[in-house]
Amino acid sequence: MTQEAIFSGFGGQGVLTMGMILGYAGIMEDKEVTWMPSYGPEMRGGTANCITIVSDEPISSPIISTFDSVVALNQPSIDKFEKAVRPGGNIFYDSANTLRPPTRTDINIYACPVSDEAIKLKNTKVLNMIMLGAFVKVTNVVQVETIWKALKEILPERYHKLIPLNQQAFEAGMNLIK
Amino acid sequence: MGEKKLMKGNEALAEAMIRAGCDAYFGYPITPQSEVLEYLSREATQRTGMVLIQAESEVAAINMIYGAAGCGKRVMTTSSSPGISLMQEGLSYIASAELPCLLANINRGGPGLGTIQPAQGDYFQSVKGGGHGDYHLLVLAPNSVQETVDFVKLGFELAEKYRTPVMILSDGAIGQMMEKVELFPQMERVADRGYPWQTTGKPINGERRYITSLHIQPEKMEEINRRLQAKYKKMQEEEVRYQATLIDDAEYILTAFGLVSRICMKTVQLGRAKGIKLGMIRPQTLFPFPTKQFAEIAPKIKGILDVEMNSGQMVEDVRLAVEGKTRVEFYGRMGGVIPTPDEILEHFEKTFL
Repeated sequence: MTQEAIFSGFGGQGVLTMGMILGYAGIMEDKEVTWMPSYGPEMRGGTANCITIVSDEPISSPIISTFDSVVALNQPSIDKFEKAVRPGGNIFYDSANTLRPPTRTDINIYACPVSDEAIKLKNTKVLNMIMLGAFVKVTNVVQVETIWKALKEILPERYHKLIPLNQQAFEAGMNLIK
Repeated sequence: MGEKKLMKGNEALAEAMIRAGCDAYFGYPITPQSEVLEYLSREATQRTGMVLIQAESEVAAINMIYGAAGCGKRVMTTSSSPGISLMQEGLSYIASAELPCLLANINRGGPGLGTIQPAQGDYFQSVKGGGHGDYHLLVLAPNSVQETVDFVKLGFELAEKYRTPVMILSDGAIGQMMEKVELFPQMERVADRGYPWQTTGKPINGERRYITSLHIQPEKMEEINRRLQAKYKKMQEEEVRYQATLIDDAEYILTAFGLVSRICMKTVQLGRAKGIKLGMIRPQTLFPFPTKQFAEIAPKIKGILDVEMNSGQMVEDVRLAVEGKTRVEFYGRMGGVIPTPDEILEHFEKTFL
């Protein structure tokens, strides 16, 4: 299986981290992984994104222009990347914070009210983890248990106390997918 | 072998430098390679005791390299395009003085201060000398984080084998992206490499050791030049490295180095899916260039499309290699723009079919 995805949003929303967690989980399952961030000046105050590819096969190009899945955490990202979803692919967006939702009819649109869910959890910083839960539930690209292991790997020991909150957020995201 | 990790190209480069038993790093920060210095400052000195200096400029850094290499130490610097330009004078001196050292250029878009996005506009500068005088660097072009790591180890070996500066020509994308990487085990730092030329003091009853690139007499300078050229010839005979993919039944060949070769690999797959017999040749050493390999395949194919993130630099070496025996066309994007696999295929179809 190969999953070619782009995670996009404002700088600070944790879109690079989403790809990174997925990437770590990928190599823990002995898959091939590439994670290509945007690193230009657009990151400061503007939009940030990372192309993350997880595959059972060797990965050729780490840079691609169409995707199996697009995760768009803000309006500019929906506007920019909705057209880059391959027919039959997925777009995930924050339906609680979007004025112009995706409109294509040849793709799967997942309206995930992640801003509302984050408020319910009383921590807006875990918005990205909620969306990652929805993403993994739909794409099945890695096992949920591997995500927990990846979190332990990525977070320094002193932040391990935050893992339960992140797990809760992730599960809330999975529950958004019916 | 060693453990598998998910690492950024620049961090993996720094980690490989530490593991290769590097004695010293002198450098100056510049995007998109600053993570090298950042990573080293967290890890290097405490782990192996290697010397780490953020120099006051790239000019200073390369001259520190010159000095430390002259003492027989395993040394490295890294920079990105404008910084590498500043190092050219020192590189010419190091090449002339025949000292081993390793440098990496995390190529960004130019000319001028340009952009921080990835590019390959420094091909000519890297493979044709770069500084003044008749010299070459041995140039390695990785196309993945893994190869970046492998080429640090190989680069030091080749630098020491040939007493020459070796360059890893990478780019901003390979520097910034994360991939799975397998690291080689930590190598011991060697306290004294015992080179007969190293300027660590005149041995009792030994000869005076003297490193210079100044030889006023033209006959002496010509002798140095002949020695350098003999060395480059030997590299051309023994050190060419390249990767050929699906060339046996190929009617057309795509060629590219570094990041673009990854993108072209996808183009090959897309083309094959449409029934176009595409193959690929990727030079891993840019100097010495796989001239012979291109010459051999040229009469058997209908054409070559060379793809680069510049206005067409390596394509000149491809044309020299095939000597008109096949059609060679070029496609490129400049200034930090990365071509996509579909875009390359479209250009190929328009040009050749």
